[in-house]
Amino acid sequence: MSHHLVVARDLRYRYPDGTGALDGITFRIVHGESVGIVGANGAGKSTLLLHLNGTLLPASGEVRIGEELLTANRIPDVRRRVGMIFQDPDDQLFMPTLADDVAFGPLNMGLPPEEVKGRVAAALERVGLSGLEARPPHRLSGGEKRRAALATVLAMSPDLLVLDEPSAGLDPHARRQLIGLLRAFTHTKIVATHDLDLVLDLCERTIVLDHGTVRADGKTQEIFADEALLASCRLEKPLSMQGCPVCGNPATGS
Amino acid sequence: MHMADALVSPVVGGTMWAASAATVAVSSRRVQQGTDDRRVPLMGVLGAFVFAAQMINFQLPGTGSSGHLGGALLLAILLGPHAAFLVVVSILAIQALLFGDGGLLALGCNAFNMGFFPAFVAYPLVYRPLAPAGATSARRLVGAIAAAEVGLVLGAFGVVFETTLSGISDLPFRPFLTAMVPIHLAIGLVEGAVTAGVLTFVLKTRPDVVDPASSPAPTTTSRLGAAFLAAALLVGGVLSWFASTKPDGLEWSIAKVTGRAAPVEPDAARAATSLAGIGGGLATLALVSATGWALRRRR
Amino acid sequence: MTSLVTTAGDASFLDALSAGDSPLHRLDPRAKLLTTLAFAAAIASFPKTAVLPLLPFALFPVALAAAGGVPFGYLARRLLLILPFAILVGAFNPLLDRAPIPLGPFSVAGGWISFLSILLRFVLTVSGAIVLVAVTGIHGLCGALEKLGVPRALVTQLLVLYRYLFVLLDEAGRMDRARALRSFGRRRLGISAAGPFLGTLLVRTWGRAERIHLAMLSRGFDGSFRFDRPLRFGLASALFTAGWLVLFALFRSVDVPLALGAFLVAGGR
Repeated sequence: MSHHLVVARDLRYRYPDGTGALDGITFRIVHGESVGIVGANGAGKSTLLLHLNGTLLPASGEVRIGEELLTANRIPDVRRRVGMIFQDPDDQLFMPTLADDVAFGPLNMGLPPEEVKGRVAAALERVGLSGLEARPPHRLSGGEKRRAALATVLAMSPDLLVLDEPSAGLDPHARRQLIGLLRAFTHTKIVATHDLDLVLDLCERTIVLDHGTVRADGKTQEIFADEALLASCRLEKPLSMQGCPVCGNPATGS
Repeated sequence: MHMADALVSPVVGGTMWAASAATVAVSSRRVQQGTDDRRVPLMGVLGAFVFAAQMINFQLPGTGSSGHLGGALLLAILLGPHAAFLVVVSILAIQALLFGDGGLLALGCNAFNMGFFPAFVAYPLVYRPLAPAGATSARRLVGAIAAAEVGLVLGAFGVVFETTLSGISDLPFRPFLTAMVPIHLAIGLVEGAVTAGVLTFVLKTRPDVVDPASSPAPTTTSRLGAAFLAAALLVGGVLSWFASTKPDGLEWSIAKVTGRAAPVEPDAARAATSLAGIGGGLATLALVSATGWALRRRR
Repeated sequence: MTSLVTTAGDASFLDALSAGDSPLHRLDPRAKLLTTLAFAAAIASFPKTAVLPLLPFALFPVALAAAGGVPFGYLARRLLLILPFAILVGAFNPLLDRAPIPLGPFSVAGGWISFLSILLRFVLTVSGAIVLVAVTGIHGLCGALEKLGVPRALVTQLLVLYRYLFVLLDEAGRMDRARALRSFGRRRLGISAAGPFLGTLLVRTWGRAERIHLAMLSRGFDGSFRFDRPLRFGLASALFTAGWLVLFALFRSVDVPLALGAFLVAGGR
């Protein structure tokens, strides 16, 4: 399939208190792509993500999800198609039990209880948390919470997964598990993160944001090899590419 | 001060439960009808905030002791009376359940003393007139202290009345009241000052939190409601007092209702100290312990 | 240890206990709630000088704790924590009620009897509440409350508060620890710093509420909080409730220890 799933055209946005945000963002993402969004703090990553499910609406320019222009009255529909996972899993797990949280989305979609049960079981199975249905979220580990947050969104069968800093705070094992999980998903993925090594592992395409604009958009490998570009955006090469015998550059940055 | 189950009689406890339950019903309906659906996470999380804040002790200047925020007035300012009342009830319920603070029977008393007075009396009738939206920090301080005083003193009255009417503690009414009121006046000073301090700080970074667009003013309905509840309390209070002036209030009341003579109650105090009493008491405790041990072994 | 840390620890412990699995845990929460309320009401209905008749009521928390896996040490510790308050409250009675009661060759003021009664009531009602939560859990109780007619807004509030209680206790604890580490010598927060300290926590909490709301909206939240907790009031629950209610009625109307004692004394003769 090659029709576009997410299109942003000259997207501009500014927060009410004046802090800058997006200054003309344009890109196209097709079905099945895995795209990393990287940039310094304040570059606009989170702001861009919030435009993808209608939390924020553009001041000018447009966002299209699946060919449809994203306007205020299309928001409920868009939220079915776009599954968003935020930085702090505690903010997304607010129901008494894990099963309740995973069921929250499907129930809000108006699905019958039997189908909801099935989706909950399938989603938990997918993320490897079957058996923890009755567990209250405050008794899950950090890694389990991340996967639980994923499950809450998977149960809605979205076309697109948008993730904001998915690996933050995870220990190496949990992080590796998460990467493995995400690689197994065939959904279109957009991942905003500082974890450049995750992007290297997961995303064949990367968009670099700087001061609300797109500085680069292309193959992950190529972008991460461009040291000058990275430095000008307050970024570095992923750690696994530093000190690399092929690239020949020392690990210590300078 | 929390009322405890140990000090409350069924009549007093029951009356206050009814009063609080009625208020909960009214407040729930008002809250559910509200259009701001942020209230579900907001009320819950602010409840957890006040719960945690009550555990942060700060040094009271001059005295050697420490104090902490009560939070009911702050909740009323942030959420409005109805939502604030529900949050206070939820905090008290969790405290009673998790820690045995207060109690299940006394929950009605505590909800009223510590929730109703701050939310429905102190906030709308004292704080709001003194410190309307956009007030200076000086007016907020004055308003918060005055409101906290009113709320806490009314609450103190509540505790004293409920304890005395229950008749389990021997604390005599007048000395109890004379001791409680000054203490709560002092607490009110601190509560008001800290509440104002919190508001002033929050105003610097999040003014939208403190002065939301909708600030509910006391409507005719809620004033009527408050009056009705006060009347109900008065009636309940009179009945409780009446029941408790008889030595064995409950038995007397039951006997009156059923028309039969009250059972002759053996002098409970004397029975407790007789040989049979002590022996039987020890034997009972032994039996209870044995049951517990046996059940534990079976697991 | 600060009260925050111990509180969080105790709450966490009780929360973990309530997730246990025993026949007791599996009973309908309404049965357990109603029985505990009847327990508290029966105790409260005694006249103020009752001491002996209260003793058999200890069977309820003891039996439930034993069968539900609640460590007695934990219970004892929590009771010791509330004891000073109970003593403070009851202490007036011996001072005010001095009518002498014979105790063997001595005589004791009547106020001591009612003081003992107050202490007993504290111990019994607090144990009852703790054991109730330990074998039912807050979620179970909320399910029971909802089915018993408590308004939805309050039940939702209880659930969300409980959910974020540990998060907030943790956050407040971290802030307090950071502050304490910068307060050389003077351990406690000064009153002028209380406003900013609590204000900071409040602002962070408000931000969290907004993020939670955002997450809810992103999953289609339309204002109504749906959770279905199917409860089955089975035979076991019915027997449990009926059995305890009968026992409470018995203990309320008959002074069991006195009868037992009289029996023993008579038998010893």
